[in-house]
Amino acid sequence: MVQYNQTHFDVSFGALADATRRGVLEQLGRADASITALAEKFHMTLTGMKKHVSVLEQAGLVTTEKVGRVRTCKLGLRRLEEEAAWIERYRQLWDARFEELDKVVEELKLKEKADGRKKRN
Amino acid sequence: MDERRGTEATPMKNRTEVERKSERELVVTRTVNGPARLVFEAWTKADLFRRWWVPKSYGLTLLSCDMDVRVGGRYRLVFSHQGSTMDFFGTYREVTPHSRLVWTNEEADGGETVTTVTFDENAGKTLLVVHDLYPSKEALDAAIASGSTGGMPETLDQLEDLLVSLTSNSATK
Repeated sequence: MVQYNQTHFDVSFGALADATRRGVLEQLGRADASITALAEKFHMTLTGMKKHVSVLEQAGLVTTEKVGRVRTCKLGLRRLEEEAAWIERYRQLWDARFEELDKVVEELKLKEKADGRKKRN
Repeated sequence: MDERRGTEATPMKNRTEVERKSERELVVTRTVNGPARLVFEAWTKADLFRRWWVPKSYGLTLLSCDMDVRVGGRYRLVFSHQGSTMDFFGTYREVTPHSRLVWTNEEADGGETVTTVTFDENAGKTLLVVHDLYPSKEALDAAIASGSTGGMPETLDQLEDLLVSLTSNSATK
């Protein structure tokens, strides 16, 4: 799975190394577009554009969805959004942990109080 | 000793904050309504620790929890989720009662992540700061990219699946 992560980065960099693909990302930043429209815009064959989109898709930069016969492309989660989403999930995990920790500490406090009373009596 | 009770804290949820402090650091802060010695106890006694480390709502089972809490002592947590198990293990580097715990996370292949927890008591409450120092920027980036939230990126993909399914409603669309 380390390999997966390494590959993930290589794929991202590979995807951005190509001028056409950077152009496609810019284009999708303005509006979602079908593969056909992108092929026309960049004066390419449909097959050629499909390949580029597929590279971007594998890198997690673009997502595609087929509606009817048209495959629409849009920007995937950007790195910063991805990071913000991850941090929020991580925060929720810790928040849930701390809620349970609160209960444990509450219990210890009560126990200590009870023990204290016993000692005084 | 101190008999002043003041107003017994009304049950109010304290805020958990998470910040990526630098390329290699992640910091979690939270105040717990209790003195540091009790909070520390909950972090260092296995039978207490296992009650809160894995939140019930996450549907994971903690199969075993061994903690030899002293400098150089080791810990190992084994979780089970949908038939597969995951191990988390490492070594305690510092154990300063009621104020500081440092341990390593050794299950990842990319190098050790070092976790430092400080317990800072003030007026009967304890400010907890959980600081994770990743071996490299790449390791933390990779943890984020893989989506895992365990602080132990490589072994937690299954946990991640679970977390994603549980939190997808509130996560960024």
